[in-house]
Parts: sequence; structure tokens; C-alpha cells
Amino acid sequence: MPPLDFLDRSRSIAAPGFSRWRVPPAALAIHLSIGQAYAFSVFNLPLSRQLGVTASATDDWRLSTIGWVFSIAIVFLGLSAFTFGRWLEAAGPRKAMFASALCFGGGLGVGALGVALHQFWLLALGYGVIGGIGLGLGYIAPVSTLMKWFPDRPGMATGMAIMGFGGGAMIGSPLAVLLMEQFATPTSTGAAAAMATMGALYALFMMFGVFTVRLPAPGWTPAVAVARSAAHTAGPDVHVNRVLRIPQFWLLWAVLCLNVTAGIGVLGAASPMIQEMFAGRIGPAAAGGFVGVLSLANMVGRFLWSSLSDVIGRRRTYAIFFALGAVLYALVPTIGRTGSVALFVGTYALIMTMYGGGFATIPAYLRDLFGVMHVGAIHGRLLTAWSTAGVLGPALVNYLREWQLARGTSPAEAYADTLYVMAVLLVVGFACNISVRAVDPRHHAAAPPVVA
Amino acid sequence: MSPGGERVRVALSWLVVLVPAAWGVAQVVVKSAALFR
Repeated sequence: MPPLDFLDRSRSIAAPGFSRWRVPPAALAIHLSIGQAYAFSVFNLPLSRQLGVTASATDDWRLSTIGWVFSIAIVFLGLSAFTFGRWLEAAGPRKAMFASALCFGGGLGVGALGVALHQFWLLALGYGVIGGIGLGLGYIAPVSTLMKWFPDRPGMATGMAIMGFGGGAMIGSPLAVLLMEQFATPTSTGAAAAMATMGALYALFMMFGVFTVRLPAPGWTPAVAVARSAAHTAGPDVHVNRVLRIPQFWLLWAVLCLNVTAGIGVLGAASPMIQEMFAGRIGPAAAGGFVGVLSLANMVGRFLWSSLSDVIGRRRTYAIFFALGAVLYALVPTIGRTGSVALFVGTYALIMTMYGGGFATIPAYLRDLFGVMHVGAIHGRLLTAWSTAGVLGPALVNYLREWQLARGTSPAEAYADTLYVMAVLLVVGFACNISVRAVDPRHHAAAPPVVA
Repeated sequence: MSPGGERVRVALSWLVVLVPAAWGVAQVVVKSAALFR
């Protein structure tokens, strides 16, 4: 289709003199947009009183039903990253980012229609399925591109983009509130109009990334001297079709899954936990501020830890996440009992930096082990670990809590037990991480033939 | 592409993404002030 020729991989090769520092903003435009997914819960309450407006009506959706929309989106994030990862490598980032913008923006639009017509299946199809596909494409395309531009600092480069995903909620949440306030009437919560408007705004903002992203020309290397440390050397290339048979892939799958499951466990409990541990001192407004601090820590950790991994190596970085993380998770209840809000918030924030760092450092870890040839596609396959954790994490936390409360455990103690279980998960993650070794040479892709 | 022109493009590109990001961070900072009040 000629009008869409500009999306072709060949048309996105950078001209001589192009600065690679123009690529991170293109990546951030995508990740800051799709990171809105983390803020979907801001729609939960308005959607639960879509018919009643001021209070939930009998036929209004229940909160537990609405919660499925986010879960479906995360599942489709993983599935689309898995399915389209290989296509992305061939089609190039511009086409993938364009498709992501259409799916994510269009998904919000279809979801808005579902809200306006009060058809849950349409909301789930729009935001969950179509939007989720946009999330998967948008997540892996910029990451794979940045690793090609920054072979000297792959951790830092991918950390910048994935930091955007973590920070997307900080824009998405207040933006949704602002728009719902604008569109609310005595007969409408304004949620449908807000979602439709956000779909258009995000699609437009993502187009900035589509038009400005570039791929390096074949054989391009950065002008700066590339340090020859182990942390900077990509492993020999491994074909994406082989990775599912390689133990290292599954060890990293477990590393990501366990880190995310534990993180989701503490994130979900953060707001009620601080209110119960500091009853009388921390109310709902301050607890909201606490969740904001955690989002900020999650975002900053994505950049700092992944950048540090370029210096100390990926395995050591994850060893810190799991060892220090397990100790801190186990200490949180004790710290809560000391009565120091600052210490409690600081500890929780440090935990959240490691949760975010786990997401941001994994692409560079994959590059170290499996090379750059199919790293985007391999990253896509690994993201099924996130989808799994997105379903398992909340289910595990909720089940544990209900089981403990049924046994007569106090709410505060139930949170403590959840944290201890999460600490055990991190110990298992530590074992998986230290088991990672270089990939057996029999899995390496054959070198391409030399063309005379 | 002159080096000066390219530097301007780099700066403008960052501005496009940093302005909304800064707005988001400012919202969080204002909201979290309630935590230590």
C-alpha cells in the first residue's frame, strides 16, 4: 500500500549524522502511552456505577468483574508479544509501533463504546483484547530497537523505555480523572467520553514515536569507544525457534515471573497495609500518596538498576534483587511495628525500585545470553511470564488473605504472612538466577554465509 | 544534516516526551505530600 510505504523497515534506516539520542524519546512516546494500562483501575469505581451514576445500580458491573479487563489486557500483552515478536524483527519497529498505536488507541475507543452501551464483552474486547495486543507490540518494538542503537549500554537504553511504561500511570491516572471531571454530567460518569478521548490522544502521541523512530544502518557502531567488559558483550546469536528448548530461557522466565508475582503481591497490599499498620496516622488520602511514591520508585528503579547492570552485570543485579528483596519483604512487618512512617515508606520504595528494575534489566540479560539477532522476539516470548504473574500474583495474594482471615488471623497479621510467602518466592528466584550459565554452543545460530 | 540542527532535533524530541512526564511526576509529588503532613 503506497501511502503506508513510510512504515517499511527500509524507510526507517537512519541517515548519516542521525543522533541515536533521538531514539529514546520515540521509545518513550510509546511506553509512556501504553503504561496507562497500570492506571486502568482509576476507571474501576466510575465503571461500577455507570448506570446508577451516583451509586451502583443493581445492573451495574461489579468491581470484581471490571478487574478482569486489566487481567485480559496483560494476558494479551504477553500473547501478542509472543506471537508477533518474530514479525516485528522482520517488519521493523515503525510498522510495529504504528500497529501498536492503532490497537491501543482503537482499543480504548472500542472499550469506550462498550462502556457507553454498557456491554461488558465490548469493553473486554476493546481494552482487554485489542488494547492488549497494542500493549504487547508497543512494549517490545522500542526495546529491541534501542538495544541496536546502544550496544555499549543496553541496560541503560532499555531502562529508559521501560521506565516510561512504569511512569505511564502517572500521566494516565490524573489525565483520566481530569477528563472524567470535564465530561461528567448528572446522568453520566464521563468514563466513556474520557476513554474515547484518551484513545485519540494516545494514538496521536504514539504517532510521534512512529515518525521519529529509526533503525541503525547495517554495520553501524557508536562513535564512542565500546568498553569490552562482560556486561557489554552480547552472547552468540540464538534463533528464537530454539529458545523454548534451552534451560536458560526457562530460568529467566522463572526469574521474571517470580519477581513480578512478589511485586504484585506487595503492590496490591500497599494501600490497605499502611492504613492498618499506622491506623489513626495514615488515612485514605495519605495512602494514595504512598501509592504515588511507590509508582515513582518503580519508575526510577527501572532506569537506575538497568543502568547499574551495565556496570556490574545482569546476574549480580538480579542476585541483589532477590537477596536484598527477600530480606526487605520479610522485614516490612517488623519495620511497620517500629512506628516509623518514613522508614516504612523508604523500605517499600526500595522494594519497588527492584520490582521495576526486574522488568527493565531482563531485555539486556536476554541479549547477553541469546545475542541480538532475535532478542525482540525472544523478549516477546519471555513476557508470557509477566502474563502468568499478572494472573497468579493477585490470585495467590487474595487466596492467602482469605484463607488466613477465615482462620481468624487479624488483617495486619494476614498482610505480614503474605509478605513472608513472597519472600520465599524471591529465594526461589535467587536460586533460578544463580543457576543461569552461558548457552551451550550447540544452540548457537550458524554464522551467515559471507557474500563475496 | 548539520550537527547543530541535529542537536536541536534531539532537544525538541526530548521536550515532547518530558513535558507530559514532568506533569505526571508533579501530580504524584503533590499527592504524596499528604503522606508526611
